[in-house]
Amino acid sequence: MAFLEIGLGHYLTLAAVVFTIGVFGIFLNRKNVIIILMSIELMLLAVNINLIAFSAYLHDLVGQIFALFVLTVAAGEAAIGLAIIVVYFRNRGTIEVEDINLMKG
Amino acid sequence: MILQGLTFYLFAAIAVAAATMVVSARNPVHSVLFLILTFFTTAGLFVLIGAEFLAMVLVVVYVGAVAVLFMFVVMMLDINFVEMREGFLQYMPIGVLVGIILLVELLMILGTATMSPEVMAAGTEPIPDLAQRQNTAALGDVIYTKYIYLFQAAGMILLTAMIGAIVLTLRQRPGVRKQVVAKQLARRREDAVELKKVQPGQGI
Repeated sequence: MAFLEIGLGHYLTLAAVVFTIGVFGIFLNRKNVIIILMSIELMLLAVNINLIAFSAYLHDLVGQIFALFVLTVAAGEAAIGLAIIVVYFRNRGTIEVEDINLMKG
Repeated sequence: MILQGLTFYLFAAIAVAAATMVVSARNPVHSVLFLILTFFTTAGLFVLIGAEFLAMVLVVVYVGAVAVLFMFVVMMLDINFVEMREGFLQYMPIGVLVGIILLVELLMILGTATMSPEVMAAGTEPIPDLAQRQNTAALGDVIYTKYIYLFQAAGMILLTAMIGAIVLTLRQRPGVRKQVVAKQLARRREDAVELKKVQPGQGI
């Protein structure tokens, strides 16, 4: 039953899969900014899984502290991002990514 | 050990399935709910690996704050989400292609990487034995001593985010009648009541 021995590789694989799903979500939902923000949250979650897995398997607490800071920044990013979406919707009446071209970038 | 392995596979499978549903669900409300499921199962995995404090923080911060914020915004904005899914299939092939390439690359790195002994020994804050010091207490020992300035900086980031969100969304709507308590209190009898002498038969 070797596959039931959970090692670092299992967690890193899971994190890689979740990260890929996040990237995939950005490609898939090209129009909906809210889903894109959720995909970014998924990617940050994958990074956290990586940090904590390394922390546990190297017996080092610093990884968990770093994950805590990533969590903080993710929360701030979500708050600011959603606030921008709300303001944009109020002004333009749409949140489609393709319509967000005021700055002609 | 067997139970641990089975739990990991169960939680990992649920997390991956829920994450897939987040990006592919038709209704954004369902997306948010699947996001919450993903966070919960990941919190379970964190408990499994011995990071209880972060698991609880994940539930409190992500499920309690971020996901609810997403839910608010999804339900508050009046958007035709069906129209938004046009082009879903059009972007599917390139998305799948990029996703598969990325995943294969990441897994190739994982397959070939090895940990050098220097890295294994380079840890600065060894995790204490769980029987002697709990995970939360051990984290606190480190955060409040060695990483206190970074901890304060994290607090500043949250404060900035809070102020930024409030400043962005606050607005003065025209034509809304609001109660101004100071104005009400400053109103005196002389301003409001005027006595007129009315002559009989003339009116005012």
